Amino acid sequence: MPTVAPLDLEGHCVAAVFLDDVPHFALADGAVHRLDHGHKTVQANDGLLAAIHDVANDRLITGGEDGKVFAITAGGNAAEMASAGKKWVTGVAAGPQGAIAFASGKTAFVRFADGKTREFAHPRSVEGLAFSPKGMRFGVARYNGATLHFPAAAGKPVELEWAGAHTGITFSPDGAFLVTTMQENALHGWKLADGKHMRMSGYPGKVKSLSWAPKGKWLASSGAPAAIVWPFSSKDGPMGKAPLELGTRGNALVTSVACHPSQDVVAIGYDDGMVMAVRFADAKEVLLRRPGKGAITAMMWDKEERRVAFGSAAGDCGVIDISA
Amino acid sequence: MSDAQTTQIPVTVLTGYLGAGKTTLLNRILSENHGKRYAVIVNEFGEIGIDNELIVESDEEIYEMNNGCVCCTVRGDLIRVVEGLMRRPGRFDAIVVETTGLADPVPVAQTFFMDDDVRSKTRLDAVVALVDAKHLPLRLKDSREAEDQIAFADVVVLNKTDLVTPEELAKVEATIRAINPAARIHRTTRAGVALSEVLDRGAFDLARALENDPHFLEAHDDHDHHDHDGHDHDDHHHHAHPSDIHDVTVQSVSLRGGEMDPKKFFPWIEKVTQMEGPNILRLKGIIALKGDDERYVIQGVHMIIEGDHQRAWKDGEKHESRLVFIGRELDADRLKKSFEACQAA
Repeated sequence: MPTVAPLDLEGHCVAAVFLDDVPHFALADGAVHRLDHGHKTVQANDGLLAAIHDVANDRLITGGEDGKVFAITAGGNAAEMASAGKKWVTGVAAGPQGAIAFASGKTAFVRFADGKTREFAHPRSVEGLAFSPKGMRFGVARYNGATLHFPAAAGKPVELEWAGAHTGITFSPDGAFLVTTMQENALHGWKLADGKHMRMSGYPGKVKSLSWAPKGKWLASSGAPAAIVWPFSSKDGPMGKAPLELGTRGNALVTSVACHPSQDVVAIGYDDGMVMAVRFADAKEVLLRRPGKGAITAMMWDKEERRVAFGSAAGDCGVIDISA
Repeated sequence: MSDAQTTQIPVTVLTGYLGAGKTTLLNRILSENHGKRYAVIVNEFGEIGIDNELIVESDEEIYEMNNGCVCCTVRGDLIRVVEGLMRRPGRFDAIVVETTGLADPVPVAQTFFMDDDVRSKTRLDAVVALVDAKHLPLRLKDSREAEDQIAFADVVVLNKTDLVTPEELAKVEATIRAINPAARIHRTTRAGVALSEVLDRGAFDLARALENDPHFLEAHDDHDHHDHDGHDHDDHHHHAHPSDIHDVTVQSVSLRGGEMDPKKFFPWIEKVTQMEGPNILRLKGIIALKGDDERYVIQGVHMIIEGDHQRAWKDGEKHESRLVFIGRELDADRLKKSFEACQAA
């Protein structure tokens, strides 16, 4: 039976991550809590809006209402990386060679490891951003499509058009596909080799959480009473194929998904705080956590594939140990 | 689920041309001792001389929804800012959205109806238009936005009245009334309106919407139904004739009837908003339904329409239906005939 070590905090959890195997919980007020031989806290942004785990450097990159970008490493070190002025930093991304990107209003910024920064002005707001896993390239989700920038080179950006407001963005782990979340209840995808479109719709709610399965064979998503898992193993992605619907519940909505690091299993968090693990092959479900106080907003597996850190909109966070 | 139980934060939208007095009013909202804390979303920090961590600068970002309806627009930036603010809801009691002088108020308002996340946590309280008494005639000549802002407002603050003669003021007020017969008008200098008249109005709250305005579309059209607690009653005899207003393209169609047959009325209002949605800026009404003990109130923005029972009819209250459309290119005769055809036999 899985066991849950709870950590009851006050406020909306934006990110739950492991840094050097220590679970960290970043809340909307900018405090980053950790369970490291007791409950410890470090203050980063004055108001946290966006956070991402920088896998290569095992750090949490955050952006906030104070217009600043922080990097938080294990042991409670919070270092200010950049400041965008008075405007909110609404998106952050972590790239190769220690580069980070962040969004403020209509500008995307890239900060290289040496501290140099480049600005990429857009005609409309930069809604979401993500680095490609290959090469120094990052994508911006924007109104009516996405833009690909090459921050280390002088070349022109590549524009990918699709009508509607694109709010979030992710590359497949092999860099072959780009997928955006939209203001409407849908995902949109592009096969980058030929620009072919992929429409993934039918969600009853907005998609706010995406997670790639090992080797990018599947893309799990929230926004429905089940985790909607699209097959990406063929060269044209999910086109013409039906997604898996895992962990279907009649009275709850999936709000967060996190794929297992090596197996075709997804941890699914719901709007009532329940967490389940579901296997793709046979849709077998295991209850990891009973419903709690608020919707699950963040989850991450540890390197040993034994624990899941989770956070909720109401602050009831914790760590699930599935090996017990 | 737990979110649905928390009360929705009221949102006031402040529109008006540059120089109409929005900043003055905002400064009062932020600095006066009214016991409430406001988060303010502005386009530019600009002239607000108050340092407040709850002033958020946001780039106006109008998104057309991908549903084939051109009037279904939302403010993407507001969705994002409101989501961020509502993650720490304990910091403020209400939100004020200041729009730029040229802003279209419709996407702002529709955001609070069309986005599920925003709608679950906030509710649109009222749209307040600041109008410069001196410059309104000029504004109406050179822009459609000034007219839209008035047409769309629940409350009009007719500001800088000290800069015009009583005759000019009466004419400006008649113009506003011609554009929007349903709004409450307050005459002010230096945006000196009581904050209770612009904040927490519940203008979009079906239960409250028309309680604020007991004389909503009353039978006597020449009755001046602005601001009964105002100070300028002596001006009432100056009635400017609407016909000399050349620069107004917005019209209102006020309809009045008896008890409606629900089987006819609901399909009718559905059809009207579907067909005429792009031309309808606002609609508001009280409907008497045949065989129903309660008043039914209805309101809409373009194609979005909401209705609900408000309260029981009082003893001796006339079971009358009143409905106003504010918009452009409305066929008044056809609306009137088709509305009247919905009356119960």
